[in-house]
Amino acid sequence: MNWKRATVAAFVAFPVIGLLGYALTLDPKEIPSPLPGRDAPAFSLAVFAQGEGEQQRAVGDSIRVSDHRGEVVVLNFWASWCLACRDEHSTLSTVAESYARQGVKFYGVLYNDVPSNGTRWISEMGGQTYPSVQDPRTRTAIDYGLYGVPETFFIGRDGRVAYKHVGPVTAAVLARKLDSLIALRAPSTTGDSAARVTVPPGKS
Amino acid sequence: MRVSASSSAVMRSRRRRGLARALFAALALLLLGASTVRAQSQSMPVSTDPVLEARTRAVAAQLRCPVCQGNSIEDSPSELAQDMKGVVREQLASGKSPDEVKQYFIAKYGEWILLEPKATGFNLVVYALPMVMVLIGGVVVWRAVKKWTAEPAEADADT
Repeated sequence: MNWKRATVAAFVAFPVIGLLGYALTLDPKEIPSPLPGRDAPAFSLAVFAQGEGEQQRAVGDSIRVSDHRGEVVVLNFWASWCLACRDEHSTLSTVAESYARQGVKFYGVLYNDVPSNGTRWISEMGGQTYPSVQDPRTRTAIDYGLYGVPETFFIGRDGRVAYKHVGPVTAAVLARKLDSLIALRAPSTTGDSAARVTVPPGKS
Repeated sequence: MRVSASSSAVMRSRRRRGLARALFAALALLLLGASTVRAQSQSMPVSTDPVLEARTRAVAAQLRCPVCQGNSIEDSPSELAQDMKGVVREQLASGKSPDEVKQYFIAKYGEWILLEPKATGFNLVVYALPMVMVLIGGVVVWRAVKKWTAEPAEADADT
C-alpha cells in the first residue's frame, strides 16, 4: 500500500466530506433573520378583523408599530390557505387574551390573501381574540423578511424586534418570550413597575 | 468513372445541405421553445420604461426567491417573488442604486438573499474549492498521462 498517496487522498477527501456532512446537519428552511435587535420596520396597516375583548380594534383602524412604543407587541403573519396557521390559532387566541391585561398587543397580519377569506377563516376557527390587519402587496411582510407563514415577531418596549419564530408557535414559547419582554424596562417610559408582572401559572 | 465520381460528389453535397437544413430547423425550434417557456415563466412588466425594466431584471436576477429552491426572484413565478420584484422596481424608480436595493434586501433577509454570496470570510470556500478541485484533478490527470506515456518506453527498454 502506498501510504504517501493514501495520506494525500485522506487530506483532500476528509475536509470535503466533513463540509458536506456539516451541510447535511443544517435545515435549508432555517434562515437566520437579521431583524432581531433592530428597530421593528414601520408600518401602517388597516384592521379588517376587529378581534374581541381588550385587544379589540375597530375595522378600518390604522395600526402603526410606532404607536406602540413602550408596549410589547406580537405580530403574527398568517393566511387562510396556510394549514400550519390552524395549529397555532387557538393557542395565539388564548395567550393574547390572557396577556391583554399585561398590556401585550397582538396583531395578525394577513399574508398573500384577501380579507374576505381571512374573516371567513376566523369565523370557521371560532373567532380570534386579537385584531388582524391586511398587508396589500405584502410590502410589510417583505419589510419583515418573511419567507412563509406562520411567522411570529416579538417586539419589545424599546420598539426593537426581540425574536422571530418560524412555524406554528406554542404556548410555552409565547409565555417564555413575553414574560422576558414584559420584565424588561422600556428605555424612555416611566411607571414600568406594572410591567414586572408575575408569570401566569402553567405558562412556562 | 469520372461521371460516377461527380454524381457521388453531388449526392454528398445534397446530403450535407439537407443535414445543415435539419440542424438549422432543430436549432430554431429549440430557441423558439426556450423563449416561449421563458415568456410564460415571467410576469408582464409593470413599468413601461424599458430601461427601468432592464435594471429591475438585472437586480432581481441576483436575489434569491425565499419560497423556491435556488431560483432568483426574476425567474420565480411565485407571488412573493413577484411582489419582491415590485419592491425592486419601486426602489429603483425612486432613485436608489442597484447596490442600495440589494442592501435593503440584505437588511431584511440577511446575505442569504444574494444568489451569489460575497467573496469574503467563509464564503471564500465556495469560490476557492472548485478551483482547488480542478487543480487537484489536473495534477492527477497529468500524473496519469505521464505514467501511461512512460510505460511503453520502459517496456521497450526492458525488451
